[in-house]
Amino acid sequence: MFGYSLGELGSILVMQGFSGLILFSVYLLMALGLAIIFGQMGVINMAHGEFMILGAYMTYFCSHLFASFLPGLYGGYFFVAMVVAFIASGAAGLFVEWALIRRLYARPLDTLLATWGLSLIMQQAFRSGFGAREVGVELPPWMMGSLQVTDTIEVQINGLFVMGLTLLITAGVALLLFRSRWGLQVRSVMANRTMAGAVGIDTRRTDRLTFGLGCGIAGIAGSAFTMIGSTGPTAGQLYIVDTFLVVVFGGAQSLIGTIASALTISQSQSTLEFFLTGSMAKVLTLLIVIGILMLRPQGLFALKVRR
Amino acid sequence: MSSEKLTGNLLTPTRRGLLVGAATLSATAMLPQLALAEAPPTAQVNTTGLAVTDSEVTVGILHSVTGTMAISETGSVEAEKLAIEQINAQGGVLGRKIKFIQEDGASDWPTFAEKAKKLLVQDKCAAVMGCWTSASRKAVLPVFEQYNGMLYYPTFYEGLEQSKNVIYTGQEATQQILAGLNWVTKEKGAKTFYLLGSDYIWPRTSNKIARKHIENVLKLKVVGEEYFPLGSTQFNSVINKMKLVKPDVIYAIIVGGSNVAFYKQLRAAGIDLTKQTLMTISVTEDEILGIGGENIVGAYACMKYFQSLDNPNNKAFVPAFKKMWGEKTVIGDVTQAAYLGPWLWKLTVEKAGSFDIDKVAAASPGVEFKGAPEGYVRIHENHHLWSKTRVGRARDDGQYDVIYETAELMEPDPFPKGYQ
Repeated sequence: MFGYSLGELGSILVMQGFSGLILFSVYLLMALGLAIIFGQMGVINMAHGEFMILGAYMTYFCSHLFASFLPGLYGGYFFVAMVVAFIASGAAGLFVEWALIRRLYARPLDTLLATWGLSLIMQQAFRSGFGAREVGVELPPWMMGSLQVTDTIEVQINGLFVMGLTLLITAGVALLLFRSRWGLQVRSVMANRTMAGAVGIDTRRTDRLTFGLGCGIAGIAGSAFTMIGSTGPTAGQLYIVDTFLVVVFGGAQSLIGTIASALTISQSQSTLEFFLTGSMAKVLTLLIVIGILMLRPQGLFALKVRR
Repeated sequence: MSSEKLTGNLLTPTRRGLLVGAATLSATAMLPQLALAEAPPTAQVNTTGLAVTDSEVTVGILHSVTGTMAISETGSVEAEKLAIEQINAQGGVLGRKIKFIQEDGASDWPTFAEKAKKLLVQDKCAAVMGCWTSASRKAVLPVFEQYNGMLYYPTFYEGLEQSKNVIYTGQEATQQILAGLNWVTKEKGAKTFYLLGSDYIWPRTSNKIARKHIENVLKLKVVGEEYFPLGSTQFNSVINKMKLVKPDVIYAIIVGGSNVAFYKQLRAAGIDLTKQTLMTISVTEDEILGIGGENIVGAYACMKYFQSLDNPNNKAFVPAFKKMWGEKTVIGDVTQAAYLGPWLWKLTVEKAGSFDIDKVAAASPGVEFKGAPEGYVRIHENHHLWSKTRVGRARDDGQYDVIYETAELMEPDPFPKGYQ
């Protein structure tokens, strides 16, 4: 294990640091949409993974559309695909909120059951619509491969892309939540729904937009994950556990908490994975998380909220 | 069963039409006698109350068409339906047309057991083609043994099982692993191996066999062995590790969605599989659909069947499959093994002269199917198949070039001595 030369150890450190950062971005991107929905609205959205996969399928759809009709612009299809994914998942989210979620705000545990049912329905819809088999989403050539920094250090282009995207979306969400009128309304509804309604905030509209935005971000995440993962009817299930882990560990209502939690989990996971094996790393990471949650049941960062 | 006959009946409609026409013209009067000669009385061929009438015999198809496993099991269902249709077009089994009842295991093992019981107890199926994962097979095995049914199981699996009531039409682990390791050692001069797998029984048992073979038989070195939780999507750390260790061969048994993530990340990390030797026993043409051919080009897969296999049987099988299920479908190793099920059952029933389960089980050893798309198979005393092992190299269009096959049929050995 430690039979490496000093130079090699140096590049291990750099490359492992980098894979830790990629993992961090992936976790954060997965969790952002859920952090908004679960954290701000208290809705346990078990169908989060399926909204991500809806985004992934939209990407698949766009890649085919561009390949058939606009081959000249193929290199840029991914950006269009992300916008389409946002709109599709966001619209689906708005519809679901209107049809299902708004009837369940007073019963948070029932949303768990309802959205779990929704996730099964969406999985079967994907299966009927796109086929039971996984689909391969082809990436534009410039997104594949890696940049050679030194002889032993390589930086993956799609990793950089995910990191950039995560940074952008996190900044966007933070701005929206803390610097916009809508964000102010969301935060006041979260703090005290009745009072917010009394001062004239349309709480229903706020809820619907929040849910839609969370689902839309899930769609973008799903679109980005076609670069690193699979696209199939049940692929959303691969992400849902990690996503909840990140959000709950971070403290449900705090954006900073989500970021800190994604960082902690990803770094311990990728470091442990290097020195142990994949399965053992996961076991240890979960143990650490459980241990900390026993000491701090409210998560890493918790806001003071009046109940 | 000659391949010529297959071709004649299924692939040239004009010729088939001519034959039918000729038959109606000249032999209408002969038909009852013909049927009599071909179809022995039901009381004689069915003494245990199976669902057999003078004109029909019922079999079951039991796979997941919903849930996680639908991804993998769809191909098996398609292949089994094709085989049944072809057998019926040739006159059926002992003069009886095959009727099938399909049940959905829904990727849930207790559901598999429940549906298996329904197919055996309520529907009295003469045989069942089904299951895919070992977990589902383990769940239905007690049912098949208790109610004395016959299961044709298509998937390559870890071995360590044998039952009177099951015919295993896929490879057990040694058939899939040993020849491939020998080949890669000889052809690539490999000295060091890095073993990877998803964390459950099949990859673990297979890697154990691989390690024993590498260390004890080939006298070479395993420089790493790692497992990842099912559904794991992050492989950057292990890829970094492999970049440092630089194994001659990466031996990967990763399954499901993880597979896609693994190959995409390998490529993104700049590991070019046309230069780095990678051998897998878990990626068929079906999986490449999800992975994308461009992400896995150059990798070696060790299987018994590839869609590109060049023999007359396969040249008839592939177009027939595509005609029934669409031009875009692909055929992987397990799909072909599933196709063998109904045919082997038909041949065994005809050899036994009876649908009775006990007689079919007893007649199974020695049954050979010369029309198999993989070439030729024969059932061993242990109810597994004698078949060849082949190595294919992935092309960027999602197909494999077959570059090696064993000269002899490999003997199935579900309880290999010295490998446990």
